[in-house]
Amino acid sequence: MAPPVSRDTLNPKVLQCEYAVRGEIVTIAQRLQDELKAKPGSQPFDEILYCNIGNPQSLSQQPITFFREVLALCDHPAILDKSETQGLFSADAIQRAWQILDQIPGRATGAYSHSQGIKGLRDAIAAGIEARDGFPANPNDIFLTDGASPAVHMMMQLLISSEKDGILCPIPQYPLYSASIALHGGSLVPYYLDEATGWGLEISELKKQLEDAKSKGITVRALVVINPGNPTGQVLAEDNQRAIVEFCKQEGLVLLADEVYQENVYVPQKKFHSFKKISRSMGYGEEDICLVSFQSVSKGYYGECGKRGGYMEVTGFSPEVREQIYKVASVNLCSNISGQILASLVMSPPKVGDESYESYSAEKNRILSSLARRAKTLEDAFNSLEGVTCNKAEGAMYLFPRIRLPQKAIKAAEAAKKAPDAFYCQRLLNATGVVVVPGSGFGQVPGTWHFRCTILPQEDKIPAIVSRLTEFHKSFMAEFHD
Amino acid sequence: MAPKALDYESLNENVKKVQYAVRGELYLRASELQKEGKKIIFTNVGNPHALGQKPLTFPRQVVALCQAPFLLDDPNVGLLFPADAIARAKHYLSMTSGGLGAYSDSRGIPGIRKEVAEFIGRRDEYPSDPELIFLTDGASKGVMQILNTIIRGEGDGVLVPVPQYPLYSAAISLFGGSLVPYYLEETANWGLDVNDLRHAVFQARSKGITVRAMVIINPGNPTGQCLSEANLREILHFCYQENLVLLGDEVYQQNIYQDERPFISARKVLMDMGPPISKEIQLVSFHTVSKGYWGECGQRGGYFEMTNIPPQTVDEIYKVASISLSPNVPAQIFMALMVNPPKPGDISYEQYIRESKGILESLRRRARIMTDGFNSCRNVVCNFTEGAMYSFPQIRLPPKAIDAAKKAGKVPDVFYCLKLLEATGISTVPGSGFGQKEGVFHLRTTILPAEEDMPAIMASFKKFNDEFMDEYDDHRGYSRM
Repeated sequence: MAPPVSRDTLNPKVLQCEYAVRGEIVTIAQRLQDELKAKPGSQPFDEILYCNIGNPQSLSQQPITFFREVLALCDHPAILDKSETQGLFSADAIQRAWQILDQIPGRATGAYSHSQGIKGLRDAIAAGIEARDGFPANPNDIFLTDGASPAVHMMMQLLISSEKDGILCPIPQYPLYSASIALHGGSLVPYYLDEATGWGLEISELKKQLEDAKSKGITVRALVVINPGNPTGQVLAEDNQRAIVEFCKQEGLVLLADEVYQENVYVPQKKFHSFKKISRSMGYGEEDICLVSFQSVSKGYYGECGKRGGYMEVTGFSPEVREQIYKVASVNLCSNISGQILASLVMSPPKVGDESYESYSAEKNRILSSLARRAKTLEDAFNSLEGVTCNKAEGAMYLFPRIRLPQKAIKAAEAAKKAPDAFYCQRLLNATGVVVVPGSGFGQVPGTWHFRCTILPQEDKIPAIVSRLTEFHKSFMAEFHD
Repeated sequence: MAPKALDYESLNENVKKVQYAVRGELYLRASELQKEGKKIIFTNVGNPHALGQKPLTFPRQVVALCQAPFLLDDPNVGLLFPADAIARAKHYLSMTSGGLGAYSDSRGIPGIRKEVAEFIGRRDEYPSDPELIFLTDGASKGVMQILNTIIRGEGDGVLVPVPQYPLYSAAISLFGGSLVPYYLEETANWGLDVNDLRHAVFQARSKGITVRAMVIINPGNPTGQCLSEANLREILHFCYQENLVLLGDEVYQQNIYQDERPFISARKVLMDMGPPISKEIQLVSFHTVSKGYWGECGQRGGYFEMTNIPPQTVDEIYKVASISLSPNVPAQIFMALMVNPPKPGDISYEQYIRESKGILESLRRRARIMTDGFNSCRNVVCNFTEGAMYSFPQIRLPPKAIDAAKKAGKVPDVFYCLKLLEATGISTVPGSGFGQKEGVFHLRTTILPAEEDMPAIMASFKKFNDEFMDEYDDHRGYSRM
C-alpha cells in the first residue's frame, strides 16, 4: 500500500513553490564545505563564502551593543536589581529595560502577549514611524510578527482565494513573493523593472500588465513594491512613488510595501521615503488607499536575522477585515517577545544626549559606511568583467550584475540540464568557493542572465573575492568564447 | 472608485471560516472589561508566566549571555552568572554561524538538533536522527507546516479528537481540508475507543473524503487524559490498517499528574512494536518549550520529529521551511537547554531541580484542587486532570438557561461563560470552542492561577455557579441529552 504521505500525495502547491535563495546551489556549497572540512586543501579555495543570503552577522557584522544589552536584561530581569549589573551594562540600557518590562504584564517576557504584540512596544513603534514620516501612526494598525516574512504570508492568505486572484510583483523580485503566491494558490502577475534605466519602475508597464491579467480573467488584488529593491537595489524617486500610490488608488489595489531595507541607502542623491508618508503627503488617508508596510529587524545596520523580528502596519481597511487579520494572527498566539522588543528598539533607538548615543551612532555609521564602500567596490569589480554590466546598488544589500553568456556556454548549460546562469554560478562556486544565487531565482527578462551577490563579506575579504572572481570569469570566458 | 481588494467580501473564504476561540469572543470581552478597570483572571490560555509562574533561572542566564556575548569577556561576569551558565553560553554560541543574530540552517542549528535527538534517544531508548528533526517558531508553526503539506483540498480529511485544541480545526479550515471528528468518551475518562475511530473513518469515506492523517494530543488538551500504552498500540495498529499518518501532539509530556499512566511517546510504542510496522507507519511528533514546567510561551520554540517519512517528502518540507529562512535562534537555545538541562554535579543543578520540582508538584496539587472544586458545584461534573494544564468541567445547563441563551442570541456555554466573567472576572473558554457532543456543555479553564489564589477562585466560581443554577434550575433535575 502506498504510504499516506509521499511525493505524489503532497499538496501540489507545496510542490510548485520555489525558493532559490536557499536552493540547489546552497546545498552544493554545503557539501563542498563539508568536504573542505574533512580534507583541507581539497578545493581550489580555503573557505566557502556565502554571498547568497542577506545574513550580515553570519559574515562577522557585529550587533549593535545597546540593543543586545537591553535584550539581555529583558531575558534575565532578575539581575536588574543587582549592583553588579551597573558595572556590566550601560545605565540607559538598564533604564530602557525597566521601561520595556513595565509595559509587559507581570514583567513576564516568557508569556504569550497580545496577538498583535505588546501594546507598549507598538506605541513605541508608532511613535518611531511618526518621527520618521511626520505623519501619525496608530499602534492598533501594527502587527508584530516573527520577521517580515510571516506578515507577507498572512496578507497573501487573506488576498488569495484561488488562481483567479493575481498579485502584481516586480521582476526581478525577492522570491518570498513568488513562493508565497504559489503556496496560497494565487497567480503572480509580473511587471518588469527596466534594467537600462537603473531598474526603473514605469507606470505604463504596471498598467499594461494589469490589463493583460484582466483579459485572462485574473482579478488583480495587490501590488508588491520592494523599496529599496531586492535584488535590484534601486531606491524609488518620490515622484515615482506618488505615481504608484495614485495607480493603486485608482485601480483599487492593496499596496504591499516591502520596506525592510529602509535604513540601507548608500547614495546621497536618494533618500528613503515610506509609502505611508508619500500617501499622507498627497492628502490620501484611510479612505483612499489600502496600504500594508513591512519592516524587519533583519536588515538595516542592525542585521538581526536570527531574532525573527518585524511588523506590518496595516492602514485603510474596514474593521471587519481587521478582525480577520487579528483572528489569523491569534491562531499562532503571538510572535516571539524578544523579537518584538528588538523591533521597538530599532524604531526608537538611542537619541542625542542618551549615554549610549555616541557609541551607538559610531557603530551604526561604521556599518553603513562600510556597506556603502563594499557596494561600490563590488559594483566596479563586476563592471570591469568582460560582458558584465552591473547597475549601482543604491540601497539594500545586493548586486545583481548581468552576464552576457557566449553561445557555447549556453549550449554547455543545456547539455548539463541547467539554466545558463545556474551553470555559471555553479562553475563560479567550484572555482572560487563564492556562493551566489542565479538570476533565474528572482526572475529576469527572458534571454538575459544575472546572479545576485550580497555586499556582506567583511571589507578585508573583498579584495580576495574580487581577484578570484575576476580570474574565474576570465577563464570561463576563455573556455566558452564563441 | 473601484471596489477595494481588502473589502470583507473579497477575502479568502477559508480565512473567514477559521475559528479560534482561545482568543475569541470571551477573551475579547474580558480584555474590554479589563480596560474598564475590572480585575480579570485570565484562564483562557496555557500561559503560565502570565499567571505568576517564574521562568527557570538557568536558561535565562544562558540566553542573556548569548544575547550579549561581550559580557563573556568581562572579568566581572562571574559576579552575576554561574560558571556553568557561562560555559553553556559559549557552547551554544560556538554552534551558531554568527551568534543569535544570524539566520541558522532552516531546520535549526545542527548541533541543537543533535541534542534534541539525544534527548529523544534517552527518553525512548531508541536512536533518533537529527536530520529528521526540524526546529520551529513554536509547535503551532510545525503543525501548520505539516498539515499544509498533507492537505490538497477539501477531499482530504484529518481525524481530530473532539474536544480538541482548536489550532487543528483552524489550520484545517485555513488549508481548505476536511476535519473528521472522533469523539472522546467523557464517562470513560475521555477515553478513545477504536470502534469510534473506525466509524468516523467509514462515515468520512462514504462522503467521498480521503482520510489522510490522525491527530492525537497526548496528554490531551483540553481534556488532560494520558493515553495508556495499550491505547497507543491500538491507535498505531489502526493507522497502519487505514494508511494514515499519525500526528502526535506531545507538547504536554512533562505535565503528568498521576502515576498510573506516565508519559510514553508514540514513537517509543511504535518502535516497540517492531518491524514491519515500526518501519512503515508514518509519524510526526511535536514538542515545545511553551508548556511542561518551562512555560516559555513567549520564546516561540518548538520542534517536530519525522519517522518513516520518505526523503523526497522531507525535502519538500525543508524547502517550505527555507522560505521562512530560519526559526528564531534564542528559542532554539531554550529548546537545547530543555532537552539537555543541568546534570547532577553541575553548579546550577540543585537550583534547577528545586525550581522544576516546585512547579510540577504545585501543578499536580492545583489539578486536584480544581477538579475537586468543580465537582463540589451544583450541576457540574469534572474529570480529573491527568495531565496538561487544563480543567474541562461539564456544566449541566438547565433547559431554562438554554432558552435564555437562545434569546440572548448566544451559544449556551458562551452565555454561561460570559455571565461567569461578568460576575467573577474569571475568563474561560466555552467548550464549544473545542467541540463537544451535541447538547453537552463545558468550559475550559487552566490550572495555572497561583496556588494561594486557588481557594478564592474556586469559591468565587462556586458562588456564581450555584446562584446561576438557583436562578435557572427548575428543580426537576437536569436532562443530559
